Amino acid sequence: MPSIDLIANVVIAGLLTGLVYGLMALGLSVIFGVVRVVNFAHGEMMTIAMYCAVVLFGAFKLDPFLAVLPVAAVFFGFGYAMQAGLINPFITRPEHSQFMLLVAVAIIMVNVLLMIFGPSALNVQVDYQLESYEFGPILFDKARVLAAGMALATSAGLFAFFKYTNTGKAIRACADNNLGAKVVGLNVKHLYALTFGLGSACVAVAGCMMILLVDVVPTLGPGYTLLAFVIVIIGGLGSMPGALFGGILIGVSEAMAGLFFAPSAKSMFGFALLILVLLFRPQGLLGRKP
Amino acid sequence: MTALLEVREISKAFRGLKAVSNAGFEVPQGGLVALIGPNGAGKTTCFNMIAGVFKPDSGEILFQGNRIDGKRPDEICVAGIGRTFQIVKPFAGLSVLDNVIVGAFNRTKRLSDASKAASDILDKLGLGPKRDLPASSLTLPDRKRLEVARALATRPTLLLLDEVMAGLRPTECDQMVEVFRDLNAKDGLTILLIEHVMRAVMALAQHIVVLHHGEIIAQGTPQHVVRDPAVLECYLGEETEV
Amino acid sequence: MNQRARILLSILGIVLVLLPAFAGNYAISVATLILYFAFVGQAWNVMMGFAGQLSLGHSLYVGVGAYVAAAMFVNLGIAPWAGIWVAILVCMAMGAAIGFLAFRFGISGVYFALLTIAFAEFTRIGFDHLQWTGGSGGLFLKVAQREQMDLFNFRGPPAMYYYSILALTAGALALCSWLLKSRAGYYWQAIREDEEAAQALGINTFRYKMIAVLISSAMTAVSGVFFAFYYNNLFPEQIFHISRSIEIILGPIIGGIGTLFGPILGAFVLTMLADGITEVLAHFGVEVPGIKQVFYGVVLLVVVMFLPHGIWPTLAKKIGVAK
Repeated sequence: MPSIDLIANVVIAGLLTGLVYGLMALGLSVIFGVVRVVNFAHGEMMTIAMYCAVVLFGAFKLDPFLAVLPVAAVFFGFGYAMQAGLINPFITRPEHSQFMLLVAVAIIMVNVLLMIFGPSALNVQVDYQLESYEFGPILFDKARVLAAGMALATSAGLFAFFKYTNTGKAIRACADNNLGAKVVGLNVKHLYALTFGLGSACVAVAGCMMILLVDVVPTLGPGYTLLAFVIVIIGGLGSMPGALFGGILIGVSEAMAGLFFAPSAKSMFGFALLILVLLFRPQGLLGRKP
Repeated sequence: MTALLEVREISKAFRGLKAVSNAGFEVPQGGLVALIGPNGAGKTTCFNMIAGVFKPDSGEILFQGNRIDGKRPDEICVAGIGRTFQIVKPFAGLSVLDNVIVGAFNRTKRLSDASKAASDILDKLGLGPKRDLPASSLTLPDRKRLEVARALATRPTLLLLDEVMAGLRPTECDQMVEVFRDLNAKDGLTILLIEHVMRAVMALAQHIVVLHHGEIIAQGTPQHVVRDPAVLECYLGEETEV
Repeated sequence: MNQRARILLSILGIVLVLLPAFAGNYAISVATLILYFAFVGQAWNVMMGFAGQLSLGHSLYVGVGAYVAAAMFVNLGIAPWAGIWVAILVCMAMGAAIGFLAFRFGISGVYFALLTIAFAEFTRIGFDHLQWTGGSGGLFLKVAQREQMDLFNFRGPPAMYYYSILALTAGALALCSWLLKSRAGYYWQAIREDEEAAQALGINTFRYKMIAVLISSAMTAVSGVFFAFYYNNLFPEQIFHISRSIEIILGPIIGGIGTLFGPILGAFVLTMLADGITEVLAHFGVEVPGIKQVFYGVVLLVVVMFLPHGIWPTLAKKIGVAK
């Protein structure tokens, strides 16, 4: 039996990582909640963001915290273009058709990364990755704390955008009632593209933060896609706090599974939780009843 | 005449909103009954309870003397109640004939039998020449006909029609009325219809049930109902298509 | 099926039966792969193409089918002709469990798809830790003696595997064409198009969705047994991986979902494409990892964008075999 201190440390680390997961899942949740398209290339986009941070760090010694800005801006534009150019014609197509489109995009993304960077793991090394804050017996990794803080701040910004700005309200109107939004003259296609851009920007920030915590290889993508799904379904599809909450839950359960069982079994708990939630609370833990 | 369908004081609320409260009426064997009322009166909810989509919060529904409330839609169809949907639901990817064959399989296991029965019904409803077209290519009036054809193919004892005349031109409406009168008179099919088009209601119904705010405010023969003060009041200002 | 379609199908059948007589081992292995994907694609098509239930976790049935038969063979010495029945039963039981839970709790569409992924991933991790089947280290069958034909233990030359999978694919095609003309086939299509309307026509939608899952999982289990005895090694990371599930469904979607020949055509096109890309790249001396998959992804993208119903419906009209 591991000591209480160790457990506390592991839980804290899981919680902080979970917030970064949560931000990634938030991007997926926002996209699905509004556009109703499941972004099967979500995790691949996450890995691209991680590589962007690696490249910017390698070329300009740009700290991932500063890399967040250009990467998020580029991702926003990329997401906007992808929705406007590629996905919009698929909105009315059946689910499997949308699925195939995004799987094709995902396959291209993974393998372009493989062509450029090769299969070996890359990372960034900044000095604060080795520092930590101490509170009695509990250690907080500095990088983890900062990454989690960034994830929280980005989420808060997104919440505020949807709650207080006119564009944010218009997007929510689209999500609630697509036809109604069209009737009152909202440019739904533009708003969809904007949403996809925002979701992509979330992933960009999450990716820049994640590179501080783990190494990146091109094949991480599908795993992150699944992880984002699990989190979003558990938290409640379309619920923004749900995505963060789901992220924390998965982060902590992964960390605990790694401690008590084999590290390789860590995602098993996520999937078990997903199955239980789908069966007994399909709207998710924080989701509203349809 | 004995009652084929007995609806006994059924109620249904959605999140506290009473859609139907204590509605009771009967449909006699071989009868042609119309359920009318303004929009939002609870007609379709009543239908959906009879057809098994919703379980009534209270009350009973008897078909041929047996309780059917709370049974699944497919069980109710097998028991002999066919229905159409107000918002038509064709199987868009299938041909017109295949749409109706699906219904006909309710009474037979063999494709040849089902195909034969489906063809006969399509001819009766004037859809024969369009049997090989995909259902998605039909116009709205034809989709309404297809909806009826599919329900008829299940060989129901009681047919529930939910606004099948809406959107039809007067001549098309008269043709439909003729088809139903024929089915009722010659085949002995019992029909319960929801209808806004008063032209069709007055031409068809032997008995009218008026629903308003979820409650039955009048029922009786067409002549009786149209003179009822409560009915006139609830329709006053309402646009009735005559 | 019209006259022309019958003739073309007969020609195709004859060519396939005679193939080992004039083709080399490499061509036979490619043909075996095509037929394997055609068979498993056909199995998936029953569930999605016919009944409209999108499974993204079919690697579950391939993997469990493969592992059950292979583990019985390796660990207990039970021949695959017995093991296959156990594999089928286990897979059907798993399919029944997933279907029962999903359909009883009203899970459909994207949620159903994610549930199937979750079960496949869950099982993958389970097999990673199941020591009886070798865990994540893998399970290995003794490689077949190429010259000796041991039908009883399903060990033999490539042609034996080729003919087995050819028979399976032909059988699956016959079964599916019969199913599509049966009451169940019509009911599935009705459920696929509009479940509420289907139920109103007297269809017990729960029962028919379950039947589709059971048939599909049983067929996929058979493909898993074939996979195990053809490739001789099984790793949970590979066989249960989501990319395997996607591989399974690419064929039917590219070929034409819900059609009888779509899965066969799709398997042919995709395998030849992958092979062709490899050849062309080798010819130009390009050896960049990932480049092949990028081409593959681009072709997929183009087909999905411009041929939303797949290749077969368009092709069938062109060669005059459409219904």
